[in-house]
Amino acid sequence: MNPGNYLVLSGLLFAIGAVGVLVRRNAIVVFMCVELMLNAVNLSLVTFSRIQGNLEGQVIAFFVMVVAAAEVVIGLAIILTIFRTRRSASVDDVNLLKY
Amino acid sequence: MTPAVAAGAEGGAVHYAAASGAFSLSWLLIALPLAGAAVLLLGGKRTDKFGHVVGTVAALASFVVGLVIFFTLVGRDGSDRAVSQHLFSWIPVNGFQVDAGLLVDQLSVVFVLLITGVGTLIHIYSIGYMAHDPGRRKFFAYMNLFLASMLLLVLGNNFLALYAGWELVGLSSFLLIKFWEYKPAAATAANKAFYMNRVGDVGLAIAIMFMFGTLGSTNYDHVFTAAAGGAIGHGTITAIALLLLLGACGKSGQFPLQAWLPDAMEGPTPISALIHAATMVTAGVYLIARSAPVFNETQAARTVVVIIGAVTILIGCVIGCAYDDIKKVLAYSTVSQIGYMFLAVGLGPAGYALGIAHLLAHGFFKAGLFLGSGSVIHAMDDEQDMRRYGGLWKYMKVTWVTFGLGYLAIIGCPPFSGFFTKDKIIETAFDKGGTSGYILGIVALLGAGITAFYMTRLFLMTFHGKARWSHEGADAKHPHESPTTMTGPMILLAIGSVAAGALFVVGGTLQDWLAPVVGEHGEADHVLSPTVLTLLTLVVSAGGLAGAVLRYQLRPVDAVAKPDAAVSPLTVAARHDLYANTFNEAAFMIPGNYLVRFLVWFDKIIIDGLVGGTAATIGGLSGRLRRTQTGYVRTYALSMLGGTILVVGALLLVRAG
Amino acid sequence: MHTVPWLTILLVIPVAGAILVALLPKRASTLAKQVTLVLTLVELVLAVLATIAYEPDKPGFQFAQRYDWIKQFGVSYSVGADGISIVLILLASVLMPVVVLASWHEAEEGKRGVGAFFSLLLALQAGMVGVFAATDVFLFYVFFEAMLIPMYFLIGSYGAPKEQTQRSYAAVKFLLYSLFGGLLMLAAVIGLYVVSVHQLGHGTFDFAALRQMHIDEDTQKWLFLGFFIAFAIKAPLFPFHTWLPDAGAQSPTGGAVLLVGVLDKVGTFGLLRYCIPLFPDAADYFAPLVLALAVIGIFYGALLAIGQRDMKRLVSYTSLAHFGFIALGCFAFTSQAGTGAVLYMVNHGLSTGLLFLVVGFLVARRGSRDVDAYGGMAKVTPVLAGVFLIAGLSSLALPGLNSFVSEFLVLVGTFTEYKALAIVATCGIVLAAIYVLHLYKRTMTGPVVHEENKLVADLSLREKLVVAPVVALIVALGVYPKPLIDIIRPTVTATFTDVGHHDPAPSVPVAGVTTTGGHS
Repeated sequence: MNPGNYLVLSGLLFAIGAVGVLVRRNAIVVFMCVELMLNAVNLSLVTFSRIQGNLEGQVIAFFVMVVAAAEVVIGLAIILTIFRTRRSASVDDVNLLKY
Repeated sequence: MTPAVAAGAEGGAVHYAAASGAFSLSWLLIALPLAGAAVLLLGGKRTDKFGHVVGTVAALASFVVGLVIFFTLVGRDGSDRAVSQHLFSWIPVNGFQVDAGLLVDQLSVVFVLLITGVGTLIHIYSIGYMAHDPGRRKFFAYMNLFLASMLLLVLGNNFLALYAGWELVGLSSFLLIKFWEYKPAAATAANKAFYMNRVGDVGLAIAIMFMFGTLGSTNYDHVFTAAAGGAIGHGTITAIALLLLLGACGKSGQFPLQAWLPDAMEGPTPISALIHAATMVTAGVYLIARSAPVFNETQAARTVVVIIGAVTILIGCVIGCAYDDIKKVLAYSTVSQIGYMFLAVGLGPAGYALGIAHLLAHGFFKAGLFLGSGSVIHAMDDEQDMRRYGGLWKYMKVTWVTFGLGYLAIIGCPPFSGFFTKDKIIETAFDKGGTSGYILGIVALLGAGITAFYMTRLFLMTFHGKARWSHEGADAKHPHESPTTMTGPMILLAIGSVAAGALFVVGGTLQDWLAPVVGEHGEADHVLSPTVLTLLTLVVSAGGLAGAVLRYQLRPVDAVAKPDAAVSPLTVAARHDLYANTFNEAAFMIPGNYLVRFLVWFDKIIIDGLVGGTAATIGGLSGRLRRTQTGYVRTYALSMLGGTILVVGALLLVRAG
Repeated sequence: MHTVPWLTILLVIPVAGAILVALLPKRASTLAKQVTLVLTLVELVLAVLATIAYEPDKPGFQFAQRYDWIKQFGVSYSVGADGISIVLILLASVLMPVVVLASWHEAEEGKRGVGAFFSLLLALQAGMVGVFAATDVFLFYVFFEAMLIPMYFLIGSYGAPKEQTQRSYAAVKFLLYSLFGGLLMLAAVIGLYVVSVHQLGHGTFDFAALRQMHIDEDTQKWLFLGFFIAFAIKAPLFPFHTWLPDAGAQSPTGGAVLLVGVLDKVGTFGLLRYCIPLFPDAADYFAPLVLALAVIGIFYGALLAIGQRDMKRLVSYTSLAHFGFIALGCFAFTSQAGTGAVLYMVNHGLSTGLLFLVVGFLVARRGSRDVDAYGGMAKVTPVLAGVFLIAGLSSLALPGLNSFVSEFLVLVGTFTEYKALAIVATCGIVLAAIYVLHLYKRTMTGPVVHEENKLVADLSLREKLVVAPVVALIVALGVYPKPLIDIIRPTVTATFTDVGHHDPAPSVPVAGVTTTGGHS
């Protein structure tokens, strides 16, 4: 099977994730979109690994997963805290850090 | 140490012998009064009780040293009377070597005796005059400081030392004019004096720079040797002479810098006598006489000197007729008498000695007149308006007599001092020859007449006629004779004013004495016979005197001056100092004020505005830019995305290109 | 050869002192004062000893020390003294104890505590010694910028007590202005390094090595401008001066004395030490511009001083006029003018320092810097008025007091090269008389108009102790300036002759002039 298709799929997933991050307001959805982007990258890494015939891409994909897991823990914790204080999960409500 | 070769301008080269014996003590002349001033100023209130004694003793001691040096000098050979003492190296920078050095010669020793002698008398007088003043100690400290400065001025052996003395004299004069500084008028007068003196000082300073730039030295011997040898270019030497003259005008209250001197009468009267009549204001004459070798080389500068002298004679005389304040009249008479001295020294070798002779005589009679006026003011409870005097001779006989002798001396009544000295100056002015000689002579003659008029007016209004004051009422006066400390000096000065002229002029005593310094001068061709001229002078003076007697003795004097509308325009102008102050204000003060205000605005708005403007621009810009920080995560995410696309795009472009 | 490392000792004492005083407990404010005073006095004694040990006629830097610092970039800790820097270090050391004693009670109103104030003073002193002692351009730059920090806090935290906004404004203005100049200088320093890499093969910041280079004229001009603007701001010269009146007015008294007395001298010192020897062609090229700015500054500063109502601003503006004279002397390129300029730096530190001290004492008594709040003070506070007058007279260059010697040297030295300029500048002395005596008249003479002024106390014993040494120095240096001149003259002469400027000979030299000293 042509590995290029996996790359196209990875690009599509990344684009969907990026647009999701930009346009959605719900923090959870934004978060999931970020995850989508990360996994899109993972897919491309694995694909490259396959194309190159070595394991480095897969190793990095594992790193990404670990980091993503850590990020999920902290990210969800932040979202939860914000939700508790503001009764809202909209990212537009959290705009205090500005000029 | 090489023995002296010759001290004189006649050989071209000027050499000064090194100091030894009594001359090595000449620094004491300055140090004694300086020490007196230091003790009194640093000692503070502890010295209040005996301060005046310390001050007077310091002055007297300096006078004694002066006498010792004078007699040692007399004992020396005629050509060996210039002794230079090197004290220490003052400002040594490669080519520019200035020493603190003193020069005792015929000219400076004469001044030393005048300054310390008259100075001591005025110290003694002040003991009485200032007896009730709480600041008497300070007064004596300042007077001592003045003596030291003035002695430095005349004793320095280079122009920079003279300049130092010159400015320090200005400082002492400033301190003494503002002595009663709680009076705003006194403080203003002191500042005015200092400012106008500084204008003159600028001239002197630039002259010194010219000397250094041209000759590489400011020492008298070097400058005078070069000048007498004709080594300095004509333009340069004229410039130097004119700049020296500017300095001299500032210090001596000559036109156009005369306006400060009358205002300086705000100081205590002994100061008017010491500084603004007998000594300091004659510094300009000293400077010109001292720089005789320079002035001898430039006819143009000498012409300016005589013109200034002549103009000032008339200015002083005219204004002297209009004032009713006794000290102001005396001040303007000083201005005009110094005009005579300038006229004399401007006439070149013929006149230097005469100028100095008139200076010495003037030192005696004007100091006497001022002290006399001080005695009168003292007796009349600080009243200075002559229209409120009258008939005082009965109450203060000593003052009357001593003042009268000084008065006779100043109007040139034979055989008093002024007769000999002023007559000679008028004669020499005529002898200059040509139209200019006649003009100068006639101005000097006219001046003598007007002097006789206004001095007689002053004398009659003060001591004679009806008393325009009363023993009773709210404004009661009780005139009385002053204490001995005051009358004593007055008597001594009166003796001086009687004898000085004959002593100096008859037989050419002073002329011979000063010849090595200012040059020899033979008998001139007389334009008019001296006898005729003397008679003419006497007639003109008598005319002035008679006029005053007619006006102020035979007719009653008003106790209040007539308003400006009722008197002639000339009188009005004279009452306003011939508009000198008005001119100064209009030409310098008012534009200066506007300039300052403009610059303050300029600095704040334009220069600081530029700085502040830059800051404001940057501030405004950053204010706009920070608006991009919206706080919305998506904005940041979008910008990150955009940035990434940009970077990747750029990389691809580079790859592709 | 075994020599005493004078400069390093002089540098270490205030640094160690600053740390020590900062670490003292907050309550021990008297101890902080005493420790600072003792340290500054020790420093003074050592500085005097160093000056005595200095041999004026030996060429080159003395007490030199050199240790590598950042070897890769050729940066080293190297210090050394020449005739110019040693007298300025001495000046700083003389003024320090005076300032400490004068500021005895001043820090109590500040917002950061007494110990911090004195610690900052010591840090400032370290900066001042370092900046004069450094013979490595990079080290010089470091000290140049490091000095700003303590001064910034002195103005911002201990300045005029009731004017929070203005003093922050003044402090920030001072800092930004100086930083701006400093960054231009940094660019020029790096440029110099790059040139040295090209010319010498290895990059160096060593002053002596950089001096040997022959930089082409265009490069010189740019590098000169980088240094010059930094120094012109620091000095300050017209038109870079507007930070000075603000900083001078808002500083605590001691800070103002050090700011105008010593810190600003870094600017004129830099002109003489760096701008002229490193970039001689550019210095020639820009000399007319600098001279013009100097003369403008003389009149501009004097006229603005006349127009001020705030006494401290007035004194600051008089400094602008004085810096005009100093810059004139530096760029007239004659040994007289140059020696006069360096001597002027010392004298100006003393006379303007004294003026700031006395004005500070007066302001501390009444809490107002406005001239109109005074009048007739001579009657109430005669000693204060007397010292005020002496400081003023020194400022207007009265002969017999210190400034006259330097001012006249500058003028006479300038005259031999630029007659017209010297004549114009001389007219400035009339304005000097006006700004000093006009101020004296308005504050000290006349009747006492304000009731509250009648109860003002005269100088206390501590204040008398503060002013006495300065007054004594002012008089002593006016009468006998030779010791200082002898230290300064050889270095200045060498500075100018090295770049090919010799004193013009008099047009009609008189025989035997140079031996005038040999009468007795």
